[in-house]
Amino acid sequence: MTAMGLVHDTALPVRTGRGTLRRVLGAIPIVVFGLYVVAGLFGPLVVDYTPVEGDLDDRLLSPGSVLTDGSTALFGTDALGRDLFGQVLYGARTSVIIGALVVLFSGLVGIAVGSAAGYLRGTTDVVVSRVIDVLLAFPGILLAIVIAGVFDRSLAIVVIALSVTNWIGFARLSRSMTMSLREREWVKSATVMGIRRRRVVTRHILPFIAGPTLALATIEFAGAILAEAALSFLGLGLPAASVSWGQTIASGKEYLASAWWISAIPGIALAVLVICVGFTGDRLTRHFGRRQ
Amino acid sequence: MLPQLARRLGLMVFTVWGALSLTFVILRIAPGDQATVQLGPEATAADVAALRTELGLDRPVFLQYLDYLGSAVTGDFGESYRFHDSAMTVILDRFPATVVLALSATVLALTVGLLLGVLAGRSPGRLTDRVISGCTLVMQAIPPFWSGIMLILLMALTLRLLPSAGSGDLEHLVLPAVTLAIPFTALVARITRSSVAEVTSEPYIQTARSKGLSERAVLTRHAVRNSVIPVVTMVSLHIGTLMGGAVIVEQVFAWEGVGSLLVSAVGNRDYAIVQGATVLIAIIVVTMNLLADLVNARLDPRIRAGVTS
Repeated sequence: MTAMGLVHDTALPVRTGRGTLRRVLGAIPIVVFGLYVVAGLFGPLVVDYTPVEGDLDDRLLSPGSVLTDGSTALFGTDALGRDLFGQVLYGARTSVIIGALVVLFSGLVGIAVGSAAGYLRGTTDVVVSRVIDVLLAFPGILLAIVIAGVFDRSLAIVVIALSVTNWIGFARLSRSMTMSLREREWVKSATVMGIRRRRVVTRHILPFIAGPTLALATIEFAGAILAEAALSFLGLGLPAASVSWGQTIASGKEYLASAWWISAIPGIALAVLVICVGFTGDRLTRHFGRRQ
Repeated sequence: MLPQLARRLGLMVFTVWGALSLTFVILRIAPGDQATVQLGPEATAADVAALRTELGLDRPVFLQYLDYLGSAVTGDFGESYRFHDSAMTVILDRFPATVVLALSATVLALTVGLLLGVLAGRSPGRLTDRVISGCTLVMQAIPPFWSGIMLILLMALTLRLLPSAGSGDLEHLVLPAVTLAIPFTALVARITRSSVAEVTSEPYIQTARSKGLSERAVLTRHAVRNSVIPVVTMVSLHIGTLMGGAVIVEQVFAWEGVGSLLVSAVGNRDYAIVQGATVLIAIIVVTMNLLADLVNARLDPRIRAGVTS
C-alpha cells in the first residue's frame, strides 16, 4: 500500500508584505490554542462546576440567563439545569489531556518503531510495513470504536483506542527521515568510529527528526481531539461521570428544537480549537522546512 | 505490470488475513466472552458453561482461531444473537444503504472539491484562493457529528425542508450525504489546489501557453489532467476515513447502514456482527486502494511502466 508514495499538501509561498499585521494575525491561532490549554488546565480551579449537580428549575435556559442562585449562565444550561459554560470548560480539559496523552504515547511508539525500521531496514522494516498495512485497512475511528466499545470504559482504554492508529504517522515520518539520515556523512563517521547503534540513533539521527515530528504531533493532536469527541458522542468515551464535548453535543441532540445551544456551543469550541491547532501545525511544518 | 499486480494481490490477501486476526484478538482479550454477554448477569454458571460449549468457546483458542478463519473465508461469521440470523445476512442487508451514502458523498465531494481546488490553485495567493483555502480549513475542522446536528437544526427543524432522520428515499439521503461530504470536499479541494498550483508552474504548461492555447484549454487539457493523479491517490488513501465518517454520520441520522449496525452491535457486544462488519469494511478499504492504484496507472504512464519519478 505504501509503494506509490504520498502526495502532500505543499504550502506555496504566499506573497509577502504588510509584515507586522500578518505576523499579529498569524499569532492569533497560537494564542487561542494556548488559551484553551490554560483554560483547560486552570479553568476548573476557578469555575465551580459539578457534573452531577444541577438545579432543575434552571433547565434549558438560553445563553446569558440568570440562574436561581444569582449567577449568570453565559452559555445557557442543559436539560438537567447544569451550566453549559462549566461543561465547555471541563470539556476543554478532557480534550486537551486526552489529546496530549494520545500524542505522547503514540509519538513515542511511532518514533521508536519508525526509526528502528528506517535504521535497521531488512526484516524489521518489512514487518513494520506489513503491520501498518493491516492497520490502515481499518478506518482509524472504526478500530477505536471497537476497542473502546468492548472494553470497560476508562481513560487508559480511550487513550489506547485512539493511539492504535495514531502512531502510524509518526512511524512513517521517522522511518523515512532515518532512512535518508543514516546515509549522511556524520552518521557514517559515527558508525565507523565504532559508536554503538543505539547511541548513533539517539545522538545523531533523532535530533534531526524532532522538528518535523513536533509539527506532525500538533496535527495529530487535533485529530486525537476530534476522534475523542466522536467516541464520546457515540457514548463510548470516558466514563459517564466525566465531562466531554462529544457527550454534551450528543445530549443536546434531543433538545435541538428547544435548546439549540447545548449541541451548538461545544461544537464551536471544538472546531475553533481544531482550526487553531491546525494553523499552528501548518506554521510549524513550514518552519521546519520539510514538505510534509 | 502483471508481476506488480500479482504482488499487490498477494499483499492484499495478507492484509485481509491480518485484519481478520486483529479483530479476533481484540474480541478475545475483551472482558467477558459472548456466552456471558449473551446470557446477562443473572445467568447461572451452568447455563453459561452450556452455552460456551455450544458456541465452541471452551475449546483451545488456537483451534477456535483456525475455525474462525475457515468460516470467515466462506463469509460465515457466526450467528448474531440479537437478530437470530447469520451475521453476514444481517450485514449484507444493511450494506446497500452504506454504499449509497458513501458513493453520493464521494461524488459530491469530488465535484465540488475539484471545482474549488482548480479555482484556488490557478491563482495561488489571490483572493479567491485565500477564501477557498480558509473555507476548506474550517470544513476539515468541524466534526461530522456536529455539522450533521447543525444541518438538522437548520434544514429540518428551522426551515422544515428535509427530514431529520431515517433512511430510504432521496429526501433522507441529502443531509447525511452532505454531512459526510463536507470534510472530504475540503480534502479534495486542498489537494487539487496544491496539485494544480504546482502543475501550472511546470515547463509544459508554459509551452502550452506560449503556443497560443486559450487559458481554458491549458487548464482543462494540460493542467487538470495531470493534477488529478495525486487527487486519486490521496482520495483512495482516505477511503478509510470516508468509511469511518460514514459510521458516525449513519448514527447521527439513524441511517440504516452497516455503520449504525456496527455501533449498536458494539454496544450490545454482538460479536458476530462486530467481526463481520469490521472485516467487511477492511476488505472494502483494501480493494478500493488497489483499484485506485490501477486507475492511477492508467492515468500516469510513468507508473504503468514501473518507473518511479
